[in-house]
Amino acid sequence: MIPASIGEIQRGYREKKWSVTQVTKACLSRVEKLDGRIKAFLTVVSDRALERAEELDRELAKDQKVLDQKPLFGIPYAAKDLFSTKGIRTTTGSKVLENYLPAYDATVIGRLDESGAVLIGKTNQDAWAHGTSGENSDFFPTHNPWDLNCVPGGSSSGSAAAVASRMVPFALGTDTGGSIRCPASFCGVTGLKPTYGRVSRYGVIAMASSLDSVGHISLSVEDAARVLTVTAGRDPHDATTPEREVPSYLKGLDNPIGGLKVGVPKEYLSQGVLPEVRLIVEKALAKLEELGAKAVEVSLPHTSEALAVYYIVQPAEVSSNLARYDGIRFGNGRERFGKEAKRRIMLGTYILSAGYYEAYYRKAMQVRTLICQDFQEVFGGVDVLIGPVMPHGAFRLEEKVEDPLSLYLEDVLTVPVNLAGLPALAVPCGFEEKGLPVGLQIIGPQFSEDLLFRVGHAYQKVTDWHLKLPPMATNS
Amino acid sequence: MAGRRVVAGKRQLLTKDEVLHVARLARLELSEGEISLFQKQLSEILAYVGQLQAVDTSGVAETSQVTGLENVSRQDATSESQRLSQKEALMNAPQTQDGYFKVKAVLRVK
Repeated sequence: MIPASIGEIQRGYREKKWSVTQVTKACLSRVEKLDGRIKAFLTVVSDRALERAEELDRELAKDQKVLDQKPLFGIPYAAKDLFSTKGIRTTTGSKVLENYLPAYDATVIGRLDESGAVLIGKTNQDAWAHGTSGENSDFFPTHNPWDLNCVPGGSSSGSAAAVASRMVPFALGTDTGGSIRCPASFCGVTGLKPTYGRVSRYGVIAMASSLDSVGHISLSVEDAARVLTVTAGRDPHDATTPEREVPSYLKGLDNPIGGLKVGVPKEYLSQGVLPEVRLIVEKALAKLEELGAKAVEVSLPHTSEALAVYYIVQPAEVSSNLARYDGIRFGNGRERFGKEAKRRIMLGTYILSAGYYEAYYRKAMQVRTLICQDFQEVFGGVDVLIGPVMPHGAFRLEEKVEDPLSLYLEDVLTVPVNLAGLPALAVPCGFEEKGLPVGLQIIGPQFSEDLLFRVGHAYQKVTDWHLKLPPMATNS
Repeated sequence: MAGRRVVAGKRQLLTKDEVLHVARLARLELSEGEISLFQKQLSEILAYVGQLQAVDTSGVAETSQVTGLENVSRQDATSESQRLSQKEALMNAPQTQDGYFKVKAVLRVK
């Protein structure tokens, strides 16, 4: 049995079609069957997961009401390996934390646990979330389920591959410069980067603290909405989460999008975007127009500078956040950092050093203001923005490893969103001729996740891209 | 080194000394191979990001965070859920002694 939607799994619990233990076992056996080739997981916690599943089955047997009280009751999931999980090895994909055992759970892990979800393992990622392909994992690269010779995207590589190959219905990720949206796009699944501060970062191993966003990858927009309902909201342990109320994301999901103004930034259809990808995105836009949305051409003039701003601000913050890894209180020594981590630490340290701070970091912070203003201005005239997530589909493993700058350029369409702290939803919208998925990005003003869900859900009701299975993942 | 180099459109290669200086600031030990590799790669990346010099930012305020929040405070106390026992706090340390983290000597004993 392939785990389908969260709603379908829970309907099955209600109708006594299957038990939590059966569903969890099905996910674990799928991992066993496929992960030898995909390599999405770093740690699988079968015993713990089955124990939890049995506990939940006992709860369900006592009172079915628990299905209404716990929104993600009995849903197996995976978490990117930078989420602290108490007593479960947490490596952030790095040899520095090869054997690190957190003494506490990240806030989101705690919330998911309370909501009845079942953690089955920790997924592979670029070490420290530094990467766009998944190849910077200190352990091994994850493979794209659509073509095992291709990258799954990064840095939430394992999470996207696990969901795409139907090992789990959803997986947690983080997005600092595109790290949820990119692998979601490359793997043909739905990825949500919420507004900065919408979801708590407490217990999440920090990459760049003014940019990190906690989000998730799922098989549908509806499921993304279900998960956000649980993870979103003020956390006293994270001062960047505002008091702002969490709407009932499922409530208005089916509302029609007629009359909605959809901005298409002209810069997002250039920027080295493959003509094939541009066509696919234009077709997706046409679909939205069929549903009554109005396309409006807009401009985000500082798009081309956004990448430079990102590769100044992010490494600077990285160099600061990674200073704590001294090998004294936890972890191995700094000599265990991989090349990409060293590169970013060096870059950040240089940028923040005396004599260069003004020219690089301060300048970047000013241009960041201009980028935020670009978005504020366009949202004065349109409701959402759409565009491609990546300039093209997944590339082959090892194709870009020798040239770090070429990998940085992959982020050109995703980083502006992080700089402005906006929410963005990636949904599958087609395939390249060589069979690799293409993702559509829907961007909104801060805290407009409910609107993004409405648009994405409307699109998924009239298309079936998100229902397609990678050939190697079909049930035999 | 500080302040002397003017950041222009064309970035000169970082010198080996600068790479070593930055490595020392960052507490990273680099091999010979890494020094020359990073010298080249960092120079390329810096040349790329240096393009921001051309952007007019006169009168533009800096953005360091996008929440708009200010002075978020709490009581100066901890909650049970946030406290680690001494055992928990020490559990990942490579070397401990009598309930302390053990570190390399900082001061040399004559």
